[in-house]
Amino acid sequence: MQFMLLFSRQGKLRLQKWYVPLSDKEKKKITRELVQTVLARKPKMCSFLEWRDLKIVYKRYASLYFCCAIEDQDNELITLEIIHRYVELLDKYFGSVCELDIIFNFEKAYFILDEFLLGGEAQETSKKNVLKAIEQADLLQEVRHMKQRLPAASSRRSDLHKPLRDDRPKHTHTQPDH
Amino acid sequence: MPAPIRLRELIRTIRTARTQAEEREMIQKECAAIRSSFREEDNTYRCRNVAKLLYMHMLGYPAHFGQLECLKLIASQKFTDKRIGYLGAMLLLDERQDVHLLMTNCIKNDLNHSTQYVQGLALCTLGCMGSSEMCRDLAGEVEKLLKTSNSYLRKKAALCAVHVIRKVPELMEMFLPATKNLLSEKNHGVLHTSVVLLTEMCERSPDMLSHFRKLVPQLVRILKNLIMSGYSPEHDVSGISDPFLQVRILRLLRILGKGDDDSSEAMNDILAQVATNTETSKNVGNAILYETVLTIMDIKSESGLRVLAINILGRFLLNNDKNIRYVALTSLLKTVQTDHNAVQRHRSTIVDCLKDLDVSIKRRAMELSFALVNGNNIRGMMKELLYFLDSCDPDFKADCASGIFLAAEKYAPSKRWHIDTIMRVLTTAGSYVRDDSVPNLIQLITNSVEMHAYTVQRLYKALLDDISQQPLVQVASWCIGEYGDLLVSGQCEEEEPIQVSEDEVLDVLEGLLVSNLSTPVTRGYSLTAIMKLSTRFSSLNRIKKVVSIYGSSIDVELQQRAVEYNALFKKYDHMRPALLERMPIMEKTIFSGDGIFTVCLWSVFPVLQANDLLDLLGGNDVVPIIQTTVPTKPASAGGELLDLLGDLSLTVIPPMTAYNKNGLIIEFTFERSNPNPNIAVITIHATNSTEADMTEFVFQAAVPKVCSFPSCILINLLFMSWCIGT
Repeated sequence: MQFMLLFSRQGKLRLQKWYVPLSDKEKKKITRELVQTVLARKPKMCSFLEWRDLKIVYKRYASLYFCCAIEDQDNELITLEIIHRYVELLDKYFGSVCELDIIFNFEKAYFILDEFLLGGEAQETSKKNVLKAIEQADLLQEVRHMKQRLPAASSRRSDLHKPLRDDRPKHTHTQPDH
Repeated sequence: MPAPIRLRELIRTIRTARTQAEEREMIQKECAAIRSSFREEDNTYRCRNVAKLLYMHMLGYPAHFGQLECLKLIASQKFTDKRIGYLGAMLLLDERQDVHLLMTNCIKNDLNHSTQYVQGLALCTLGCMGSSEMCRDLAGEVEKLLKTSNSYLRKKAALCAVHVIRKVPELMEMFLPATKNLLSEKNHGVLHTSVVLLTEMCERSPDMLSHFRKLVPQLVRILKNLIMSGYSPEHDVSGISDPFLQVRILRLLRILGKGDDDSSEAMNDILAQVATNTETSKNVGNAILYETVLTIMDIKSESGLRVLAINILGRFLLNNDKNIRYVALTSLLKTVQTDHNAVQRHRSTIVDCLKDLDVSIKRRAMELSFALVNGNNIRGMMKELLYFLDSCDPDFKADCASGIFLAAEKYAPSKRWHIDTIMRVLTTAGSYVRDDSVPNLIQLITNSVEMHAYTVQRLYKALLDDISQQPLVQVASWCIGEYGDLLVSGQCEEEEPIQVSEDEVLDVLEGLLVSNLSTPVTRGYSLTAIMKLSTRFSSLNRIKKVVSIYGSSIDVELQQRAVEYNALFKKYDHMRPALLERMPIMEKTIFSGDGIFTVCLWSVFPVLQANDLLDLLGGNDVVPIIQTTVPTKPASAGGELLDLLGDLSLTVIPPMTAYNKNGLIIEFTFERSNPNPNIAVITIHATNSTEADMTEFVFQAAVPKVCSFPSCILINLLFMSWCIGT
């Protein structure tokens, strides 16, 4: 994987993890263009697209888009599983995670990601082990931060409170109807 | 000084901003506070401040003044500090700045820290953004950790090693001893990252590849255990045990088995097992099947296995899930060359995908359809492809049109069908057709001698309907210019001949000249067409009038043409029939990237006096030779060529290379014209055999004064260059 971006439906960046060396300016340019491209996709379209010389795999969970750029030899379908695993980890950690959790606890989202992926590849395939490591590391912190949840009243957008669930209907093995 | 506000507080505050300006103001205020706090070397709140800075950085604001602070945090003893410090380093520092090198010592220390989570932070940061210098300095530490028995560290060290190898490939050797018993680990995390490390090494070095081939049996065993073992809650995903590991093993097997009979044989069984036993109802199972298919196709698998793989792809095509269909089409495109017949069996499903709503799927289906077209299915396929051309997005039309032309040319069952197909493309997607198709089509039409009347009639009718699509208009005007006489005389056999008068035809062509829709190129075509009709039609006065009007056109190209044609009327009227005669069959050379320019010249009636010829070339008159500049390197070919035209009383002359220098090769071939043996046809082939383009190639011909009998040489030049990319 070359990079992973998380952004909202309005195009606001919530997390950016780069596994290739690029200047700040280049990162901003790529982010801007890619966000635009992905947001322009219609809901019924497939999760993969070609962009520059990369394969882009994206998936929407409630109000958040998870977008990965992988290389030619990488398996698109398993990348979808990687994304899903990351969401599951966030979900378990925050307890029914929503976009707001990630906004207010972005550094924790990074810590979890860094326990799951390293250099763009999965380092641990067991959900339990990743969560255990995070838990232990959290205990080491001299200053414990409580997981912040914003009171519902002050937020006008209910989208942000929606728990991150897979947006696409589950497919059963039947004939397609174009 | 009051304590700096907490991170969450800041986030809350910034989110209350209602405008961009308001947000910017808040940010600036906070940045100023943070800056002064940094200046005071405040250790207590450094962590909090950097965290806030990282948040603001994500919003898009500059945060470079926090870089050194991150380094200070990394050097701190507190875990909280280190965590944020390393995160900041990964977000704010990059290897282009020398600042990052200051991290090296800290990372080195932390790699040897007593707490594994600190070691983990260091490994993670190094493996994510370590520069080549850092990697060189710290490779030894990573290698050490790769041999540890602590699986938490071992798995991270493996991926860190992957990064080191990517940055400094020469260091790969160093990690070889540590890989010895990586695969005997029970821990899935270590297994997974080890397989990734082995994959990286095998991809980079053929020596490593042969060295690691011996691991195939072990990999097969691990994969088998994953499939056969019962439910393992820790690694289960929808009933499949550790799909991530399975996929990585399959990918490594692919690399190890490629081109090697023994290895391929050793993995045959397991591949068949995975292919048949994997549950396909969820994405995760299909991900494994997909990787399996890729592996089967790449190694030296037996034919039964290959057919199994293609059938899996065929089933994928019928899957409800778009992603699966997309992946299937991509894979089929890769295998269509090698396993053509097997893929043909799924042709109808592939063609159905042309109607899919998803753009990426449509594109792949289109490419695959073109690859599957052959002599047997051309009629059916073309129907589908033409229908697709009608309804597809503009992005596709150019590619689709080109593809249709190519396919039609290769497999056309009849000339009539071919012309009809071309007509259909020109009328439905005429404006998207590539410019270089126009000369191609013209050549095709010229060579289909028996279809001339039919073609010109259909093109004429198309023009009556619509003159906006330039390629269509250009081809049509050219045809009308050539075969206008057939049009007017109503000679069409293939369909009901239409009644059209000379004036009506000229109306249409003149209409093109004045229309706003016509490009300058199109106008050139129509003017020339009108001129050609002067020898085919009887309404000479009208044509003379048009030509003389355009002699003062603002468009230089049109003006030049009109002036030359005018000259033809006034001074060289006796040569006009000869010059404007029907084009002969053109020879087409298909080339592969280098420019080949085929120039046909034929000599015409021995009616003109040599004197006339001299007049033609001498004086101030502009000679009506159609001259086009074509890209070639400037070569001084002029002088050497002239000699060859000297001796025309030839019987048979073998072809000769007239010029061969700097990559420019010019060959002459000589033959007697078939109907009239008094006519010699000399063909010049100019070839660019270098990889660079040649520019400013100018063709000029001069004719010698001495001729043994009253004959004349008339030169009509046709430059055709086709650029077929790949």
